[in-house]
Amino acid sequence: MALPQRQTDVGPPHFKQFLPPVIEKNYGKWKYHEVLSHGHMVHVAEGGDKLWTVRVASPRILSTATIRELCDVADKYCDGYFRFTTRNNVEFLVSDEKKLEPLRKELKDRNFKMGGIGAGITNVVHTQGWVHCHGACTDASGLVKSMMDELFEYFESKSLPNKVRLAVACCVNMCGAVHCSDIAVVAVHTKVPTVKHEDFKNMCELPTVIGSCPTRAISPDPATKSVKIKEEKCMYCGNCFTVCPPISIKDPERDGVAIVVGGKINSLRTNPKFSKLVIPYISNEPPRWPKVVAAIKHIVEVYASHARKHERIGEWIERIGWERFFKLTGIDFTFQCIDDFTFMRDTLRTASTFKW
Amino acid sequence: MKKYNTPLIDDLEKGPWPSFVTEMKKAAKTNEMANDALGHLEKCYSTKVGYWKHGGIVGVLGYGGGVIGRYSEIGNEFPGVAHFHTVRINQPSAFFYTSKALREICDIWDKYGSGLTNMHGSTGDLVLLGTKTEALEPIFAEYSSRGWDLGGSGSALRTPSCCVGPARCEWSNYDTLDLTYNLTQEFQDELHRPTFSYKFKIKSSGCACDCVAALARADLSIIGTWKGKIAVDQAEVKNYAKSMDINSEVVSMCPTQCMSYDGKELKINDEECSRCMHCITRMTKALRPTGERGATLCMGSKAPIVVGSLLSWVVVPFIKLEPPYTELKDLIRKIWDWWDENAKPRERIGEVIEMKGMRSFLEAIGVDPQPQQIKEPRKDPFMFYTDADIASYKAKEAEEKKTGKYRF
Repeated sequence: MALPQRQTDVGPPHFKQFLPPVIEKNYGKWKYHEVLSHGHMVHVAEGGDKLWTVRVASPRILSTATIRELCDVADKYCDGYFRFTTRNNVEFLVSDEKKLEPLRKELKDRNFKMGGIGAGITNVVHTQGWVHCHGACTDASGLVKSMMDELFEYFESKSLPNKVRLAVACCVNMCGAVHCSDIAVVAVHTKVPTVKHEDFKNMCELPTVIGSCPTRAISPDPATKSVKIKEEKCMYCGNCFTVCPPISIKDPERDGVAIVVGGKINSLRTNPKFSKLVIPYISNEPPRWPKVVAAIKHIVEVYASHARKHERIGEWIERIGWERFFKLTGIDFTFQCIDDFTFMRDTLRTASTFKW
Repeated sequence: MKKYNTPLIDDLEKGPWPSFVTEMKKAAKTNEMANDALGHLEKCYSTKVGYWKHGGIVGVLGYGGGVIGRYSEIGNEFPGVAHFHTVRINQPSAFFYTSKALREICDIWDKYGSGLTNMHGSTGDLVLLGTKTEALEPIFAEYSSRGWDLGGSGSALRTPSCCVGPARCEWSNYDTLDLTYNLTQEFQDELHRPTFSYKFKIKSSGCACDCVAALARADLSIIGTWKGKIAVDQAEVKNYAKSMDINSEVVSMCPTQCMSYDGKELKINDEECSRCMHCITRMTKALRPTGERGATLCMGSKAPIVVGSLLSWVVVPFIKLEPPYTELKDLIRKIWDWWDENAKPRERIGEVIEMKGMRSFLEAIGVDPQPQQIKEPRKDPFMFYTDADIASYKAKEAEEKKTGKYRF
């Protein structure tokens, strides 16, 4: 069969055609909303119209079969309209209250998991991992699945002092806003890369490779028409590997993950913050990464029992001090926790007023 | 179809959270590529290492991006994923869909690809995961003829994205959906044909809650805000007082201490409010922003590669955002011109601003220095004076001599 005529530069379809009538009518005229449970909320317009949202979890990797199932549910209860959130959840939108409970029942019967709204743990922002990325030092989807199985009660029903945003990056490239999360897992390489010198001159640009190194560890090696990497300067970021295929950095026994905590993106109460390193290394243990999952659960539980209402993890830690955080959690403080890269000046302590 | 034994990833089908392995298996029932992707992933889990090669250059005619080339190192063992390219489809603003549109997307994808998707990728695209080189042109013809286009990749404008905005949120200070659609259409050439030094991301959030994480991961972060007062509905405040301790949960958590509550009336000193949104999110029925609406433009945020993470810096404290958004579009063009002039390959704009100095950047795009741009002034006495700077200070002093009045 002949293909249809291609067009270029048409851009995305206009969003208006995908808005349910109640949204078209009340666009920009919403007055307030109420969270009814971790799984649903209602928005009320100036004129009194109501819109219920039912949020369900998704593993982000979706088969067309599951997307079609979501379409079937949307056709039955939402006139075919639904949306996704920036954190990969699915939201069904209902303007007729009579349809709300039947929708929730059908989602439950079909084993969709409702939750993720309010002060708990919602879906995890994450990267491709072994499923589809060349630079991955771990599998992001498997880590997310393992973490959320263990933390599931905080998605579905149990509350925390405030929301806890989790993220997983399968390398330090960090596709997604991993570096400003309440708790994030960042996969790390820990060994200096090796270079296949015989392929270098055919596959790589010398200035690009030298320029790719943030610590200036790479220099030209005229003897091999390739490059040398200075071991004591390399921080294993993998940027040279990204720009030059004959450079190899993956190492199944040494690749692992680090855990960073205390970041946030919004400006509520305190300014946005980066997440900070607390656990520098845990080995990759597929398929369930039990130590990583236990560490995250432990940090969430210490936070839950010590933070004040509405404090995010980073705000709680700033109030009590990082030395107190390490004491309360029992996490070992290591050399990796002291910045020796770009933020050293900002992060060292310059007063004798700390806690024992 | 070959049946793979996958004990390790089978374990990830257990437990309450929805399983990506189950999704891969659903696709693998009828699709050879998805089936080989399963076997390929099981091998990664058993050896603890990935097998994807660096991306190759593949794409569709006339575009330089939108498709990410992906090949397996062990394609002989898993021929279904020997090529396994990603196609990025530019999502509609705020991820709204109809079942009709998504079924059509699925029908085409089942015909040409693995049947696996990401809803959505981190940047916002609807990601079609895994197809072969020869299917790329047919896929593009099928989608583009139905009004869908590819997203950005490589050193180009990346697909802009936004929060749910005025479509379903009472706090949005501008139309994030319309702005995102409008900018995406305006800059189609920059999106499809990589001519930049590196990637450039634009993200739009309607308020300081920043539901699209613009401030942490967009070169241009557009954060909605307002200039008027917060209107207080005292009757609703009384209702909230029945179920919450307003003093401990709202007043004492206000970062500027600009509120007070005596058990009867909530008072706000709006002059001192920094619009952080905490009180409004806690008492949304009682408190609402009023007056002039617009956004703060912040620039430069990125993940750690190459020289450390950055959060976006305030560049334009307030801009009105109304169609056709001419002022913003002109500013974006000036920003790109300066970046293009000054960047080395693979340098994000934040890194170039750091290298060349904020002054150079602000002068190039015609923005005045303002205290809203900084947390504190410089701490060291090493600074540049141009001849024009000194001339202007001298002129000010000459004026003072005439009037007899100092102006600092």
